[in-house]
Amino acid sequence: MTAIEVRGLAKQFDATTAVAGLDLTVERHRITGFLGRNGAGKSTTIKILLGMLAPTSGTGKVLGYDIADPQASLEIRRRVAYVGEDKGLYAYMTVAELIRFTRSFYADWDAHHEARLVERYELPLDRKIRALSKGMRTKLALLLALARRPELMILDEPTEGLDPVAIEDLLQELAGRSADGTTIFFSSHQLDEVERIADDVVVIARGKLVLDSSLDDVRAHYRSVIAGFTAAPAESAFLMPGVRSAKVSGRQVSVLVTDNVDAVVERARALGATSVDVENVSLREVFLERVS
Amino acid sequence: MFRIKPSGGQPLYLQLMQQIRLAVETGALQDGDLMPGIRTLAEELVVSHNTVAKAYTELAREGVLELRHGSGAYITAKPRTRSRAELVRLAQDKVRELVRALREDGLREAEIIRVFEAELSHGERAGRSA
Repeated sequence: MTAIEVRGLAKQFDATTAVAGLDLTVERHRITGFLGRNGAGKSTTIKILLGMLAPTSGTGKVLGYDIADPQASLEIRRRVAYVGEDKGLYAYMTVAELIRFTRSFYADWDAHHEARLVERYELPLDRKIRALSKGMRTKLALLLALARRPELMILDEPTEGLDPVAIEDLLQELAGRSADGTTIFFSSHQLDEVERIADDVVVIARGKLVLDSSLDDVRAHYRSVIAGFTAAPAESAFLMPGVRSAKVSGRQVSVLVTDNVDAVVERARALGATSVDVENVSLREVFLERVS
Repeated sequence: MFRIKPSGGQPLYLQLMQQIRLAVETGALQDGDLMPGIRTLAEELVVSHNTVAKAYTELAREGVLELRHGSGAYITAKPRTRSRAELVRLAQDKVRELVRALREDGLREAEIIRVFEAELSHGERAGRSA
């Protein structure tokens, strides 16, 4: 069974199309990064999965439960922990009160893990939520999510606004939680952290899927061929199988390749290249090419 | 102890496998040593547990590790592996000499790497079909 499965999902807000026929699969027991530019439809998709928004069309299942069925949607919210952009915390409560309040909703609350995280995150139990820094709020939201031992965690830009130490803590926590059996699906703009911790990446642009791959496959297949010329040829000279894009800057041509590296190198030589280098490609370059 | 380059162009589990193999070849890890648990190493390296699990499974298949159920992953450096250490040192000497010669011929580092990679993948294909 997959953790998340979405087919032809669409969401229209008046004149705006937020999600435009999205197909998406997230495997269980893996860490999946959900990438896209602002406004690409990530948060809308997540809210539809959690039953906070109704789709205009399309179908979806989370942990095997149909998102369109109200009863199943309750079950989804019981089994899935969500850490959203606004963190949705009650500002007038103290940290201890909010933990107690949240705990009361979940039968399988892990009090031991709660205590461990309070200590690790150095959360001030007597302070009101409204007086917490952004980083502290994020940590509190994470604690509330993690102590529930969810089957699936969905996080919407969890590291946004955190300092580098807090980001490292958070990623470690996610790595550990994932090893304990929780499936992780998180959106982020921090491509280098996604590249490190994720098994799979899903990239959307303008409400549609543009890349769904394991990072191992991205690493194994993507290469950049960089050729220097005394007079650079047109980009169209590199229109050939396996080429994702070609860019001329000055006397240099950069060709992003998923396959057929040798043929591209031959082509560059045949066009009179004075130097040809094949380089590894980071997720950042793949992302930029896919969303452009 | 292990270092992983996320944008290194090589699957992370392969990088981890190489580092563990290297640690065995240099003697930093020895026969009977207990490896960190999958969860522990995943947290330490801040990578997915699937990355560590895959590296351990593949190394167990190669005979570098032994996975004992409920107990952990142990290094199994047999005498054969120790003589491999010698082979690796010899190979390093040969490669150092070759790389120096290629540099003198005017090849750049990236080109040298490419030539090696092409030769290795060619050899792999030939090996498979044989």
